[in-house]
Amino acid sequence: MPSKKSFIRRIIEQRYSYLFIAPVAVLFFVFVFIPVIASLFLSFTKYNVLSSPQWVGLDNYRQIFFNDPRFWKALRNTSLYVLGVVPISIWISLLLAVAIDQKIRFKNLYKALFFMPVVTSVIAISVIWKWLFAGGKFGLINHWLMKFGINPIDWIMSPTWTLPAIMIMSIWAGLGYNMILILAGLQTIPKTLYEAAEIDGAGDWHKFWRITLPLLRPTLLFVVIMSAINSFQVFEQVYVMTRGTGEGVGGILDCALSLVAYLYERGFERFDMGYASAIAYILFGIIFIITLFNLKVVRSRFEY
Amino acid sequence: MQTALIKTKRNLGRYIAYIFLTAGALTMAIPYLWMIITSVKPIDEIQNYLPSFYVHHPTLAPYRELFFLLPMWRYLLNSFFVATLVTLCNIFFCSLAGYAFAKHKFFGRDKIFLLLLGAVMIPYQVNLIPGFIIIKKLGWLNSFYALTVPNLAMVFGVFLCRQFIMSIPNDFIDAAKIDGCSEFTIYRIIIFPLIKPALATLAIFTFLSQWNSFVWPLIVIHTSTMRTVPLALSVLNSQFGANFSMVMAGATVVTLPVLIIFLCLQKYIIQGITMTGLKG
Repeated sequence: MPSKKSFIRRIIEQRYSYLFIAPVAVLFFVFVFIPVIASLFLSFTKYNVLSSPQWVGLDNYRQIFFNDPRFWKALRNTSLYVLGVVPISIWISLLLAVAIDQKIRFKNLYKALFFMPVVTSVIAISVIWKWLFAGGKFGLINHWLMKFGINPIDWIMSPTWTLPAIMIMSIWAGLGYNMILILAGLQTIPKTLYEAAEIDGAGDWHKFWRITLPLLRPTLLFVVIMSAINSFQVFEQVYVMTRGTGEGVGGILDCALSLVAYLYERGFERFDMGYASAIAYILFGIIFIITLFNLKVVRSRFEY
Repeated sequence: MQTALIKTKRNLGRYIAYIFLTAGALTMAIPYLWMIITSVKPIDEIQNYLPSFYVHHPTLAPYRELFFLLPMWRYLLNSFFVATLVTLCNIFFCSLAGYAFAKHKFFGRDKIFLLLLGAVMIPYQVNLIPGFIIIKKLGWLNSFYALTVPNLAMVFGVFLCRQFIMSIPNDFIDAAKIDGCSEFTIYRIIIFPLIKPALATLAIFTFLSQWNSFVWPLIVIHTSTMRTVPLALSVLNSQFGANFSMVMAGATVVTLPVLIIFLCLQKYIIQGITMTGLKG
């Protein structure tokens, strides 16, 4: 047990270490650590920024779970979005990664094209797609649908099609990122396995199902978890797509209201800060469960 | 005969790959092409013709209109200033802290590091509301402080730097200590030069993520002169949404600088993603 004096001396000796981590530590403390705690506290209060917070216990959570159809609508929309975007995006990305892993030319050109949306502002992507989805004969997508004899779809102004439009856009935007991660996983699979399979007379189809997929499972699970977590936080796309419909952040009849969009509306448009904090913590809970699932189940069962 | 058959089969696979990739690449390129084409299309061509990639009378009028209606230069400057400052500070602060966490032994090191690590799991929306209140209490709403200070030393950069610095042999550091170098000199002449590749990755990603950042500026910026470009684009979308060529001109102005950076540094960016799994 060191004496008090030597403890202080040790701290003084280590002053450089503390000095070096000070900027990170201070900013972390003020803008991450305090907010996380404060958010939990606020979620048990009523707070509109102007007057001081009022303790209401579990009222916000009770209200959200038992008496707020908009929250359930937001949860439903977000879940539909995640269940639609994640599997489709990862299947296409997987096929793209396998294709680009062949002996082909222009690899870097392909990679660059698929990767562009990852470095593009989500706001820019959303306004471009909003224009592509534009109604009547003006929108490029409807123009092409009509060429194939399909009736034009009112993507932006109809409650049925707003969410699918956002999903199509997000799948498009996420392909490159997922493809690059899956490609990295593909390149860790030893080539000798494929050679051995070829000698045994296995075709491409067999090689894909029997070698590529099983050995790629850890990578695929990582990509699935990451994109599920990201997708649960969808906001900007919704925010842009629903502007100009004359409705709130969620669009017509809340057809595209996501959890974060609802959080934003309650917190920053109606200044229901306590209520919004409770929504934030519920979102945190959902993401925490996905992360735990990743750490506990996935890691222990599928590590090769 | 047998080998010829295998050869055609293998080529067939490659052709399918080409077709699939080319179709995908076109799908990727078309929205960008459409953005640029629309941005130079006169509004009457948009209204009176069917959608077409051909522009009869290309014009820069949408850009002129855009820069006339909104102080776009100011917004570009705001974004550039914020992204540059945040990037430079992150490079410095994160590498310093990464060095301390990787090579120093000090009281509470592992506990502090674990705390930082745990915080990465928390979605940023949880910090949004108290973050806003703190900025408001500090009197920083609508200022560069609000846009930069909270992001000057982000935890992710610390992990990246620590990871890299741990692979530097201790002998280098010990030798410098024997020569009488101070801790900061060791950082400056040994650590910093050796982790430049990692710092380049960190710089590119920090710059891109700051340039594209939307939610935080949306919450702390309410005056029009302090807007960053993504905010300006969102305002453009909600106020002038019907003027498609101008909105697309705005989107081009936001997108083009980043796309140019990306095309120049493509190799490093894709390497960085593979290395760290992080997103721009």
